[in-house]
Amino acid sequence: MPSRKSPLQSEMVQGTLDMLILQTLVLGPAHGHTIAHAIERGSEEVLQIEHGSLYPALHRVEEQGWIASFWGTSENNRKAKYYRLTPAGRKQLIAQTTRWDQVVRAIGRILKPASE
Amino acid sequence: MSWQRFLRRARWDRERRDEIDSYVQIETDANIARGMPPEVARHAARKKFGNPTLIREEIYGMNTIGVLDTLSRNVRYALRALRHNPTFTAVALLTLAIGIGANTAVFSVVNSVLLKPLPYPQPEQLVSLRQTAPGAGGLATITDGLPLSASMYFTYHDQNRTFQSLGAWSPSTASVTGSAEPEEVRTVLITDGMLQALGVAPALGRWLGAADQKPGGPQTVMLAYGYWQRRFGGSTSVVGQTIRVDSRSREIVGVMPRGFRLVNTDADLILPFAFDRAKLILPGFFLQGIGRLRPGATIAQANADLARLLPVWMDSWPFDGNPRLYETWRITPALLPLKQEAVGNVSDVLWVVMGTIGIVMLIACANVANLLLVRADARQQELAVRAALGAGWGRIVRELLLESLLLALIGGALGVILAREGLRLLVSIGPANLPRLSEISLDARALAFTFVLSLISGLLFGLIPALKYAGPRIALTLRSAGRNASSSRERHRTRNLLVIAQVAMALVLLVSAGLMIRTFQALRTVEPGFTHAEQLQTVRVSIPYQLIPEPERVPRTQNDILDKLNAIPGVISAACVSEMPMEDGETDWDVVVEEGKTIRPGELPPLRTFKYVSPGYFHTAGTRMIAGRDYNWTDLYDRRPVTIVSENLARELWGSPSAALGKRFRAYRPETPLREVIGVVQDVRDKGIQEPAPSIVYWPILMQNLYLAGQPRIQSSVVFAIRSDRAGSEAFLNQIQQAVWSANSNLAVASVRTMQEVYDKSLARTSFTLVMLGIAGAMALVLGIIGIYGVLSYAVSQRRREIGIRLALGAQPGELKRMFVRHGLSLAGIGVAIGLAAAAGLTRLMSSLLFGIKPLDPLTYAVGALLLGIAAVLASYLPARRASAVDPVEALRAE
Repeated sequence: MPSRKSPLQSEMVQGTLDMLILQTLVLGPAHGHTIAHAIERGSEEVLQIEHGSLYPALHRVEEQGWIASFWGTSENNRKAKYYRLTPAGRKQLIAQTTRWDQVVRAIGRILKPASE
Repeated sequence: MSWQRFLRRARWDRERRDEIDSYVQIETDANIARGMPPEVARHAARKKFGNPTLIREEIYGMNTIGVLDTLSRNVRYALRALRHNPTFTAVALLTLAIGIGANTAVFSVVNSVLLKPLPYPQPEQLVSLRQTAPGAGGLATITDGLPLSASMYFTYHDQNRTFQSLGAWSPSTASVTGSAEPEEVRTVLITDGMLQALGVAPALGRWLGAADQKPGGPQTVMLAYGYWQRRFGGSTSVVGQTIRVDSRSREIVGVMPRGFRLVNTDADLILPFAFDRAKLILPGFFLQGIGRLRPGATIAQANADLARLLPVWMDSWPFDGNPRLYETWRITPALLPLKQEAVGNVSDVLWVVMGTIGIVMLIACANVANLLLVRADARQQELAVRAALGAGWGRIVRELLLESLLLALIGGALGVILAREGLRLLVSIGPANLPRLSEISLDARALAFTFVLSLISGLLFGLIPALKYAGPRIALTLRSAGRNASSSRERHRTRNLLVIAQVAMALVLLVSAGLMIRTFQALRTVEPGFTHAEQLQTVRVSIPYQLIPEPERVPRTQNDILDKLNAIPGVISAACVSEMPMEDGETDWDVVVEEGKTIRPGELPPLRTFKYVSPGYFHTAGTRMIAGRDYNWTDLYDRRPVTIVSENLARELWGSPSAALGKRFRAYRPETPLREVIGVVQDVRDKGIQEPAPSIVYWPILMQNLYLAGQPRIQSSVVFAIRSDRAGSEAFLNQIQQAVWSANSNLAVASVRTMQEVYDKSLARTSFTLVMLGIAGAMALVLGIIGIYGVLSYAVSQRRREIGIRLALGAQPGELKRMFVRHGLSLAGIGVAIGLAAAAGLTRLMSSLLFGIKPLDPLTYAVGALLLGIAAVLASYLPARRASAVDPVEALRAE
């Protein structure tokens, strides 16, 4: 089986993408298209991704029980699969962002020790 | 990774596809809204999304279990490969199905008869109370050892220290009257402790126990399940009702559950013995004892315990002869696990059959391996291409093995179907002396056996080609591009070895089957002591004491019945006897003392079988009078002191049959009158064809009592033997029934059979073995022929080019033909040589099944080898002829 990493995965730590998805869903349920665009826009277009590579991540996060899905209708009346945050997902998001902040701060200290 | 997800991965995939579609739609809409033309919009949306198949594959991969997925793919591939080659697949599957089916069927029988525990609770505690009595002369021919006497039972029962409970039983028959027709039923008489030892709880009511065996106590009876269903429709209110058994009312106290049997005996009624302890003496050995050992007690301890009780027994009970007589018998307890007793001598047969069927399986495996070799040869190109494309050789081995395992498993599944049908057939034929027949079934253990057998055989025949062809050299093949004219020697060596092994194994089976045929022939030539068994109808009629209490009237009634029977149209003659030859059940036996001799204390003359006959019995049965004359009714009614003896007894005591006439002897007690020998008859194989003829004294069915002076001695239960061409027909049996009833309407007819059935039954063990070995031998022969044929025709097809060159250079077709036949014969020859040696070693294992022939019978070996030789010539000739018919031009151009 060929195992080519999707761009999103190769550039980011897997857990990071999960975190971004969870963060996007804090505002309310959304479908894949919305999530993809939200991440792209939110990152000020820094994270240029093939939107398809979002879906394996969605699948994985759903398997973990952090998000739940349901079929609904999109803004322009298309059938679409919506995702919403579960309570477990909310907890996970807080835990992950806390951890992320710690890591970023730690790396920051190492990279610019002089400026501190 | 959850199974649920694995099993639902297809559904997941569909859902993802929908979701991806949905994304593309929404993005397209958005693009159109931004002003793109629809086609461009859709294209841009797709581009934005990326490769949907890759995404789906990735998610699918997250859901699946890699090994399983690969496996299912490989299985599908293997199935396709098998389907591609229907002839190969069909032949291989058929071979395997027959081989595995035969093994499964035989294993089921072995499992049900030999391996499964007896259907009693804690069956390992149950023992049969066998005893040997090496000092009791004539008894040596009674292979079952010395049964218990009633007094012995009491001593053992009351004083043993090693048994939880201990009982004894004896089969019998009884007539049940009171309903429409008197019915003769099978009964077992049991003592207290018997049902308690077996421990099978009654379906209704209670067991028979100590209270039931008090003489003059309550008259009770238990029903067996079948009889309860048949006579009472399974009514639960049956307990407490009474039935008339042998003209006596008995209260039903319980019903035994379905499937209950006393060792191998099915009965309708279970009756209590009612021994009067005050009147018991030492002898009267007719009871079969069964005991349940205390937990922890061993058979050796129990043997010692009973051996300790034997002197106690001799001191405790009266005997009017020498009280120390039984010391000379050297009675020794020789307890046997009850299962061994139940299975009897059939275990030899079954293991031999299991062994031969196992050999057939090996031959079948060799054949399939050969087929696979040929096939792998043809697929060399394919394998080489796959190896070249990057398949590791481990992977190719795995795939080839998977293919053979699949073959084996499908073959096994088909085999189970065959086995089920075969077993159904076997049970419906019901070989007479196969014990526990009703318990035979394809159970989980048999299925597990089949599964394991299939796996092992699949590995066995799969590994050979897999290792040969998938080896690291595989890539070389591609270069030679099918032009492997000089096919490697090594490959032929494997195939040749397989054929040699096949031939050798086939010869072993042929020789075994041949030995059984010779045994059967030898048995058929034995004179049983009766003639034209198919004309001899036998029925047992017992006259209960309660029905005719006056002893003199019993022989009159029997005489009456004989007159009525003789009047039936088509009856040549009729007579009666206490037991027909080869009949199960206890025969009388005792010592006889010639005139002028006395038995010294401590001396024990041989025991003689006693039978009681009516006038005309020898004529009816076809037992030749060798000297003197038969009884007539006057001898009987006048109670003349006369007797008839068997030829071997006459020779033993007086030297010749004619010298015996006029000589006199008496039974054991000195005060009884001497009896004069008036006739000598041919020896009869009374214990079965395979057993030597015992020495027999034929007493008349009415005479002076041998032991009590002045009393008549009658035989109230006799078998009527009726010689007629109509034997066995329904109408004839009805007439016999009517004849018996016209003499006394309360008499029942039992044990209806022809002597042919009895004779066949005595041959049943041999014929069963013969049939099984015959089938195995035939299968082996056919598989062996196919093996030789296959190898040679493949060799011919591989060497077409060489043959073409030879022919082109002027070789004679005849010479070529001989060359191939020689090849076949040399393979067969080596196989035969190995097979002869193997047979000489292995057939010794079946010597207990043989009769009148040695395991090393040269004729059988010669015929077996010759048969295989002829088969080898035939199997080689066909491919050889094809070789000589090769057109040299064609063969050379084909390359």
